[in-house]
Amino acid sequence: MATPSKTTLLEDETPREAPARRKPAVEVHDLTVAYRTQPVLWDVDLELPEGQLIAIVGPNGAGKSTLLKAMLGLVPSVTGWVQIFGEPYARRRSWVGYVPQRESVDWDFPTSALDVVTMGLYGQIGWFRRPSKRHRETALACLDKVGLRDLAHRQISQLSGGQQQRVFLARALAQDARLYLMDEPFAGVDATTERAILTLLKELRDTGRTVVAVHHDLQTVAEYFDHVVLLNMRLVAAGPVTTTFTAENLQRTYGGRLTVLTQATEALLQKRPIEGTAGGPGEKQPWS
Amino acid sequence: MELSFTARNVLLGATMLGALGGTLGSFALLRRQSLLGDALAHAALPGVCLAFLLTGAKNPLPLFLGALAAGLLGSLLILATVRFSRIKEDSAIGIVLSVFFGIGIVLLTYIQKLPTGNQSGLDKYLFGQAATLVAEDLKVMAVLGAVVIAAVLLFYKELKLLAFDSAFGSSLGLPMCRLEILLTLLLVIVVVVGLQTVGVVLIVATLITPAAAARQWTDRLGAMVLLSAGIGAAAGVAGSLASASVPRLPTGPVIVVVSSGVLILSLLFAPHRGLLWGLLRERRVADRIRRENLLKDLYLQGERREDWDSFLSWPLLMGVRGQTAGELKSSARPLLREDLAERSGDSLRLTSEGRRQAEGVVRKHRLWEVYLTRRLELPSDHVHRDAEAMEHTLTEETVAQLEDMLGYPEVDPHGRRIPARRTA
Repeated sequence: MATPSKTTLLEDETPREAPARRKPAVEVHDLTVAYRTQPVLWDVDLELPEGQLIAIVGPNGAGKSTLLKAMLGLVPSVTGWVQIFGEPYARRRSWVGYVPQRESVDWDFPTSALDVVTMGLYGQIGWFRRPSKRHRETALACLDKVGLRDLAHRQISQLSGGQQQRVFLARALAQDARLYLMDEPFAGVDATTERAILTLLKELRDTGRTVVAVHHDLQTVAEYFDHVVLLNMRLVAAGPVTTTFTAENLQRTYGGRLTVLTQATEALLQKRPIEGTAGGPGEKQPWS
Repeated sequence: MELSFTARNVLLGATMLGALGGTLGSFALLRRQSLLGDALAHAALPGVCLAFLLTGAKNPLPLFLGALAAGLLGSLLILATVRFSRIKEDSAIGIVLSVFFGIGIVLLTYIQKLPTGNQSGLDKYLFGQAATLVAEDLKVMAVLGAVVIAAVLLFYKELKLLAFDSAFGSSLGLPMCRLEILLTLLLVIVVVVGLQTVGVVLIVATLITPAAAARQWTDRLGAMVLLSAGIGAAAGVAGSLASASVPRLPTGPVIVVVSSGVLILSLLFAPHRGLLWGLLRERRVADRIRRENLLKDLYLQGERREDWDSFLSWPLLMGVRGQTAGELKSSARPLLREDLAERSGDSLRLTSEGRRQAEGVVRKHRLWEVYLTRRLELPSDHVHRDAEAMEHTLTEETVAQLEDMLGYPEVDPHGRRIPARRTA
């Protein structure tokens, strides 16, 4: 959705006078993440534009969730940095909402849907205080937005998978963030819920928020999203869906896995940096 | 007179310990760290021994501090092992538990051989002996207990988030790592408080058993913590009273036996989660399926013969599903009772209300068959068995949606009519 007028603005203004809102929503520079000696993300350079629906796509083990977690500072990086709206994450925390994978928690936990959504407000409630009536009403309003107001007091294990996913979304809505990072918001939900979630994400986008979602279903990427990040341990391509989500790029994302791994492992063993990994949209890879 | 004074000490101590263990145990249980408490207790033993060796006397405070320090060291070692090595948490807990306990036993044996050692009573730390509690011990317990309760109250919502979704807490900017250390510290305190009463080996039961029992009765964390504390305290009261009235009955193990009894009762009889509840629910479902099947069998016979008035004989109905006469009789009983079927000698027929309800079951079955063949493109001879199960589980709401989606079909894939919806 990069409109022509925005491009003109970019060219006209000198960098010094650039207003803060022109900063990319997320800027990732030279990011490398490894779990012990196992590389997960290699040298990722990425800029995600504000106000768009952005998909992160790639095969299993491509580091999609890790990229989200690295943006949130949940996993330590070996090298590189991440900035959110031009500042380190620590200073932009309240601007960012997070929707973890549904399987990451125990849904048998003794708590209600409303209670889980209220957790999205814990940051603003502050230490030593209980959620007030006002907080509870905010949480209820968020549940209402995902169509679960009637189930607010249900124990969370009595909700269906799609409803649990929507509770997580409502919790993120409660955070009232400018940037939403979502780990597979469409995983394991039925078609109706998928539609409802999509409508919600579009609403967020249309009110100026940025939504970054790890996505698994290649068939719906072009229909659902504006911008796409193709990832396979390293960045394969990133850009508007129309120009980036091409058969060739997909082939490079899903087909070249072995080559990437082999080279990365080799480099690790020899303790030398990998060459030619500065990725960008459409750039030819040395091994492709 | 002196005995009753001791008994009062034991009662106070055991009750406090039960409430504290129940409170903290709820969080440990939900974080799936039940065994951490066990490891901390075992890790505390060498601390007690070293404190005794250093001070040369059995003063409560130094022993408490020794146990506290060793327990903390053990817990930090577990956290560090998990973070910095490839060893998983369960193994790390096992390793710390056995290494510290081994050292503790060696020290204990050494102390027993010292001239002053025999009177030390340190061996009581293994299985606990509540009768050795003195007023001084109770004071220390009360102060530490107050600290623990205050911390849980102050950090309640953060601890809840830690137990439910720690990564989300981090994304909010809450110091989840420090909260985890706080929770572990509180656990160590409770364990150390309980060492003298219940002992190294059984202390984990005062943490986990009340919490596991409480979880069966409620779906709210606040209620679970309170109930767990209550069960713990009640077990403490019961255990200390029992050991006061029966000579040579050890308090700690009795407390554990009482709370285990509560746990077993809870697992069996708690509504919704209890085993009995589950059995009853299964039974109800089975009854409904049998009843709906008989309704459907009667309907299908009527449909085939285009005759709804004749009575159908017992042997004929038994033949449909290969049921025994007894099984058929027990399926028929509720139908007769609710006036859904009429009986004439050894034969049955549907009443008009029975036929209406049977149509509902057949509708679900046939609509589902249409759905499977049309939407999932399954061959029509493969859909019957699946529909046989779905006819008992589809709700009216789903059926309405299904019908709408399929465009109100009139016949099923086998060419049989789908009964229309009728209002009662």
